[in-house]
Amino acid sequence: MVYQLLNQHELCEYYDLNKNPGLSQRIKVRKDKFAFLEDPGIEQQLIHFKDATNTHVNFYLPHIHCSSCLYLLENLHKINAGVIKVTVQFTRKEVDVIFDHTKISLRGVAELLTSIGYEPYISLQQLNKAKPRIPRTMIYQLGVAGFCFANIMLMSFPEYLGLEHAEKNLQYAFRYLNLFLALPVLLFSAQPFYNSAWKSLKHRFLNIDAPIVLAIWVTFFRSVVEVLTDTGGGYFDSFAGIVFFMLIGRVLQDKTYQSLSFERDYTSYFPIAVTVLKDDKEVPTALPQIKPGDTLLIHQDELIPADGILTRGRAYIDYSFVTGESIPVLKEVGEIIYAGGKQTAGTIELLTIKEVAQSYLTRLWNQAEKQPEEKGVSFVHLLSRYFTYIVFTIAILTALYWWVQDPSKIWPAVTAILIIACPCALLLSNTFTNGTILRIFSRNGLYLRNAQAIEEMAAIDQIVFDKTGTLTTTTRHAVEYEGDPLSDSDLIAFASLANGSRHPLSRALVQHLGQHRKPIDQFRERIGKGLEGWIYGRRYALGSQSYITGMKNLSSGTRVYVSVENQVKGYFQFHNFYREEVNALLSRIRPDYELAVISGDNDAERPELERMAGKKTILLFNQQPQDKLRYIEIEKEKGKKLMMVGDGLNDAIALQESNMGIAIAENSNSFTPASDGILDAASLGKLDRFLQLAKGNRQVVMASFVMSIIYNIIGLYFAVQGDLSPLIAAILMPSSSLSIILLTYGASNLYARKLKL
Amino acid sequence: MAVIILLLIASIAVAALFLFGFIWSVKNGQYDDEYSPPMRILFDDKPSKKSSEK
Repeated sequence: MVYQLLNQHELCEYYDLNKNPGLSQRIKVRKDKFAFLEDPGIEQQLIHFKDATNTHVNFYLPHIHCSSCLYLLENLHKINAGVIKVTVQFTRKEVDVIFDHTKISLRGVAELLTSIGYEPYISLQQLNKAKPRIPRTMIYQLGVAGFCFANIMLMSFPEYLGLEHAEKNLQYAFRYLNLFLALPVLLFSAQPFYNSAWKSLKHRFLNIDAPIVLAIWVTFFRSVVEVLTDTGGGYFDSFAGIVFFMLIGRVLQDKTYQSLSFERDYTSYFPIAVTVLKDDKEVPTALPQIKPGDTLLIHQDELIPADGILTRGRAYIDYSFVTGESIPVLKEVGEIIYAGGKQTAGTIELLTIKEVAQSYLTRLWNQAEKQPEEKGVSFVHLLSRYFTYIVFTIAILTALYWWVQDPSKIWPAVTAILIIACPCALLLSNTFTNGTILRIFSRNGLYLRNAQAIEEMAAIDQIVFDKTGTLTTTTRHAVEYEGDPLSDSDLIAFASLANGSRHPLSRALVQHLGQHRKPIDQFRERIGKGLEGWIYGRRYALGSQSYITGMKNLSSGTRVYVSVENQVKGYFQFHNFYREEVNALLSRIRPDYELAVISGDNDAERPELERMAGKKTILLFNQQPQDKLRYIEIEKEKGKKLMMVGDGLNDAIALQESNMGIAIAENSNSFTPASDGILDAASLGKLDRFLQLAKGNRQVVMASFVMSIIYNIIGLYFAVQGDLSPLIAAILMPSSSLSIILLTYGASNLYARKLKL
Repeated sequence: MAVIILLLIASIAVAALFLFGFIWSVKNGQYDDEYSPPMRILFDDKPSKKSSEK
């Protein structure tokens, strides 16, 4: 089908470009799925620009993954003449589409994209707010600072080389040019430091930026005074250099991952609109407009957006978004269905009892969000505070000394101390180390929200794991058979039977028994119960305990019973399949951290977990999202620093509450709840090494700080005597900065290599 | 030595030109996506059969 479409329009090159194109196989999409795009209100909020013929719109296509995608999407205008231009933003997995709305509607574009396998993901979040642009101001500031720094350096050489005696006019020219070039650095490039310092002073807290701003200003004004009074060349090169290097560090540290989002709340899980039944007509309605009492029509594979009572049809809800558990739950007419589940079998009707924002799940979320985030203060700020006190003491002592000895030297000596003893080396070592470590982490599959998260990670003393979807994987199950032995032909028959169903347990059974497709007569699937059919003249059935044996479901754990010719043979027991590296990981981190495993499931797996995690580990079962939250709150009150590792939306609130929340992502397409870090599921086994590297971060910062203090002492030796020549400052400043950059980079990488990261 | 002043102005002007080039390229979004542009240049349009028939 896709091939046909491509062939028609001579885009077959698509298949030559990449060995495995079309990873994203076409998913069957309901005909009216994008009907809501015809609603003018919704359309208005999605499009960016519209004139007489052209409309500009931006879609998020999670299926983009290779260069062939790029080729295909950018040639969309060959498939449909209504499309004028498509531009792919690969790293963000977005496309900007310009189309002629007289030839094709917005809905048409969405359906066209879907028909070639790139279904646009349109969520409630897009309705609420525009996407924040990547801040570029700091890049401009860095560019300006670099330009000024390099030119000031160049202009300062004649001064250092002693040209001044020969040409007095030339010397003036150089000095005033330097002063002129230093202005943009002072007024524009140094702004991030002013903002941060001002913010901290407003909170009556002395952070590292306050003494830095002081040093920047002192350097600048002393230089201005020197130039204007014709007493020297000033320290403009050191001044621009400090700002330039510190900005590089900031930019490195603030690296963002464009394709990942750490801010997702429930709105990005929810669709933008659902079908509401009004007077027997289907009306697509935006989610915020849904009121209690509306009847919603939920199609197969749609998410339930609001709590409601099932009024028609049989709901078979997959709560994997909410709990991480992928085995669907059966609900009958009259039962309450909570928002967040996904209907997996047929169409149902739902009478809403609460608004979207008031539903059980969303309310929990909003509660958690109201609490202000109280993250710890970086040790660098505390360190810089002591540093500042010491520097001021030295400055005052020096001033007193010269007041007695030679008052004319107070001004040069004190300003020189403040210039030299600027804690910029500390800031540099911190930002560069953080930047390097963030990169090492991301190379290994851990993406942290910001640099502060590294320090949070180093301070952790208890790790809380979610079980389903985090320690276990939802894509595989461990299957065990118990009962009367089954012959090979029976096993093949059951495999063929299971092959006919999309139920996760059936698929797991197929995976266990192997792919077989024997012809089945009178195949029947009873949703929520089981399967039956005739194979080679014998009647085979498999399903729940009550369906096969007629008894009530009593067993613990997940079982599928089987019968041949109405005779119960036994059952397949499904265990959670623990990720391979979990066992080793738990035993490695057990000695150093307190562990806890919180699960929404029953305690059938307790013995297995006890064996892996050890006796001291806290194991809690049947935990609702708010129970998880409460556990974290109680432990935090005891003064513990917690790291929560989870995956589903049910862990989201706990992730936010814990000191460090890490979301596990099965692949880059999957949605992760808001967190401090996103961990690639394949890298879970490296968690202990990540923790060690985070601790190493502090040692590297301290080591380079000690080195910078040595530089400072050398500088202070000159400064207290009141004769710091610009030449010494010009040599000391860049060499200390560069050696700190090299040390932090080298030490972090060495540490990572030692840990085999 | 007045020629040095002239050279000075020229050198700063050239450097400033590059600075504006840099700011323009950032503003233009050239660093936003480092994957698609190098790929895009490799896709050439095959001479279409339809257009050659015309």
